[in-house]
Amino acid sequence: MANRTITFEPDDRWNAFITCCSRAPCGDGALAGIPVAVKDNISTRGIPTTCGSRILDGYVPPFDAHVVELLKASGAAIVGKTNMDEFGMGTTTETSAFGPTKNPCDPDRVPGGSSGGSAAAVAAGLVRMALGTDTGGSIRCPAAFCGIVGLKPTYARISRYGLIAYANSLEQIGPMARTVEEVSRLMAVISRYDPRDSTSIRRPYIHQPTTDIAGLRIGMPVEYFGEGVDPRVADTVRKAVGRLEDLGAEVEECSIPSMAYALAAYYVICTSEASSNLARFDGVRYGPAADTRKAWHDAFSEIRWKGFGREVRRRIMLGTFALSAGYYGKYYAKAQAARHNIIRDFERIFSSVDLIAGPTMPTVAFRLGEKTDPLSMYLSDILTVPANLAGVPAISVPCGTVDGLPVGLQLMGRRFEDELVVNAAAAYEERGAA
Amino acid sequence: MNVIIGLEIHCQLSTETKLFCGCSTDYRNDEPNTHVCPVCLGLPGALPRINRKAVEYGLRVAKALEMEVLEESEFARKNYFYPDLPKGFQITQYDRPLAVAGTLEIEDDEGHAKSVRITRIHMEEDPGRLVHMGGGDRARYSLVDYNRSGIPLIEIVTEPDLRSPQEARRFLNKLRTMLEYLGVFDGDREGALRVDANISLEGHERAEVKNISSYKGVEKALTFEITRQRNLVRRGQRIARETRHFQEARGITTSSRSKEEEHDYRYFTEPDLRPLRVRDWLEAIELPELPVARRNRFMAEYGISLNHARTLTGDLRLADFYEQVAAVDPALAATWVADTLLGELNYRSMGIGSVPPDRFAGLLRLIRDDAITDRGAVDVLRIMLDQCSRGEACETPAEIVRRQNLGKVTDDDFSAVVRRVLAAHPQAVEDYLSGKKGALNFLVGQAMKETRGRADPKAITRIMVECIGSEGGF
Repeated sequence: MANRTITFEPDDRWNAFITCCSRAPCGDGALAGIPVAVKDNISTRGIPTTCGSRILDGYVPPFDAHVVELLKASGAAIVGKTNMDEFGMGTTTETSAFGPTKNPCDPDRVPGGSSGGSAAAVAAGLVRMALGTDTGGSIRCPAAFCGIVGLKPTYARISRYGLIAYANSLEQIGPMARTVEEVSRLMAVISRYDPRDSTSIRRPYIHQPTTDIAGLRIGMPVEYFGEGVDPRVADTVRKAVGRLEDLGAEVEECSIPSMAYALAAYYVICTSEASSNLARFDGVRYGPAADTRKAWHDAFSEIRWKGFGREVRRRIMLGTFALSAGYYGKYYAKAQAARHNIIRDFERIFSSVDLIAGPTMPTVAFRLGEKTDPLSMYLSDILTVPANLAGVPAISVPCGTVDGLPVGLQLMGRRFEDELVVNAAAAYEERGAA
Repeated sequence: MNVIIGLEIHCQLSTETKLFCGCSTDYRNDEPNTHVCPVCLGLPGALPRINRKAVEYGLRVAKALEMEVLEESEFARKNYFYPDLPKGFQITQYDRPLAVAGTLEIEDDEGHAKSVRITRIHMEEDPGRLVHMGGGDRARYSLVDYNRSGIPLIEIVTEPDLRSPQEARRFLNKLRTMLEYLGVFDGDREGALRVDANISLEGHERAEVKNISSYKGVEKALTFEITRQRNLVRRGQRIARETRHFQEARGITTSSRSKEEEHDYRYFTEPDLRPLRVRDWLEAIELPELPVARRNRFMAEYGISLNHARTLTGDLRLADFYEQVAAVDPALAATWVADTLLGELNYRSMGIGSVPPDRFAGLLRLIRDDAITDRGAVDVLRIMLDQCSRGEACETPAEIVRRQNLGKVTDDDFSAVVRRVLAAHPQAVEDYLSGKKGALNFLVGQAMKETRGRADPKAITRIMVECIGSEGGF
């Protein structure tokens, strides 16, 4: 428990933080005195939590998320809340109501998203560790773009209590840091069981990474190295996998045919859930107050129109449409079927390999403002969403550069085999990197 | 034209805590928004956690209605905007409810047994409550009270098997009694039961009447609706398939077709809760004695009539009350509880709960021991009930008898009264002695008047005849 404070006054020229806590309490424990940044969609008692949105302006949660309780109990100093795409809806952190975050590797580039603030804070050395959340790649994408390590844990392994929901069935809170070792350390702190999240399972992560990967079978899905993937990125990742082979892993090609529908399924499911999750932002209980002189439905519309940004409004409307009578079967039900196909594909592949390897992102970081068309933005999530749909653990670890910009190697494992994923990443980081 | 009625009944379950959080459900006497937490306020990031007890209560109902409990049921989100709905959706059950296909036996309008099919029961959370400041249509603004938000409800849906408003009411009474016997429902809580009714004339479209919150209201709303629909048909007009609201105060239903109430609820599986696999719990659920079993036991154990047994077991509290006082004399107790007490309570709109059983048992003892006449006992009872309804400490029946001088008049007392009466009405005595039997009735009546009904008329007659005889024509 907290028994002292540390001072945190960073030179945040990357706009990584929405809120900084200049004097942060900390205490004893596994993360004693370590400054940790928390993505701003994770509830922190007494510290504003905005989700990067105007609609939560002035909201100060009266309770801590489960992971925040655990951080505090481990002695960590919560030094600030990091910038993010509004409600996690974006791949660049440009949809934040608080302005875009810049990539510390190249300030003209985006840090990726939606946990761009957390990734930038770690990459710039402002903090040692950060929490992100990953609904369709939101930890791994910015980790790859900023050249750090980020783990999306197995679905159900980390309590979501206190995480302001974007797409409940897909998202997980996860650790981000500069090294696999540090990611593993943070993972061990946040993976304690919490009965308040009914979807979570008691599977604590108690693990010291090892780097012996001899005999590990690694599958490389053809879909991860084909169309839409920058060939230079694909080459960099192929070489990285080659290094794992040098370390004793057995590498084989495989295929995930259901990938063809992954992105469509993902966007239908996440927007559907989001359209419902975001219904509570109506100006009645918190955030900017609705104009109560108007009829309540007019007041609700007005506050939601003003409070949500363009991309959030777009996704609310997409999700509302997908769930509507007469369209549910065509969209939502089909998306669930596609999701089951992906789960089955992963199960099939994991019956013959231990890990799946590929690039985290099809390209390196975009320039700020480069992606203006939502569809091309959505397409860049193609390599990360399958792990969310299947609920499997996935890590992104830096594996080289293209044009001087970081490339991430993505490793995915069986459900609840986060430890194996971490081991392989640690092996690459320690012994594989040239 | 046959009337076709189906009901959807929402009952608050009487669990101690809410459906998805640990907040207390006992909020009725407390300040608004004092029984709330992040979960039932729908604060961002809070997650629901199912109340095991509420599920058990739901299963009790399912078992009592002989329903099929689904191997796996699940919660769903019903999405709509309303200021009393903190999350912008209600967690309910949709295409996989807790249980399906049950029945409840009632009597039809001719007194024949009939079974009403129960389509399904599902569990859901109650929304908060709007308080219109200034009242009704003149309200200047509304405030929201979330104390009710998250109270567990079960919705019981019937097939369209009911044929009259009276039948619907009997069904509801029967259902309520059963729910109370099951210990899952407290009908005395305000707003604990709310009904939506689907009603149509055979061959015509149906209307759904929402917002009925009392048993009497159901009968009234349905009766109004049948008349309305019959009139439309008579005039050759089409009955619109629509939702109508019951205006309790005016006893009418009105169309509610305004745009904001046209809903597409966009149901989908609640992603924050796991499916319920609770069929195995059924075995462990033991049903308490239900009304029919208790009725039969009352007849066998206490030797009382079918009618009395039916009345007494028709209400859980009444049946419990009877059993608390039956030891004095089961048959006497049955008559006095089912006939006299119930009538007096209804007259005063009082519940059985406000009568102390020990006091009532004391009264029964006085009656049994012949210390008081029936008439006097009724007087004592009325005084007791008046005291109870005023919330005063209730005197013992013996105290009331003493204070009001309601004790049974003894034969000695009678003789004096009779002598006074005879002395005061010599003509009547003369008439009697000359063979006019009617004169005796007059004299007895006078004596009863003097004793203010405390005397037994038979005893008075006997004493009077003796007096006239022994004193040799006076």
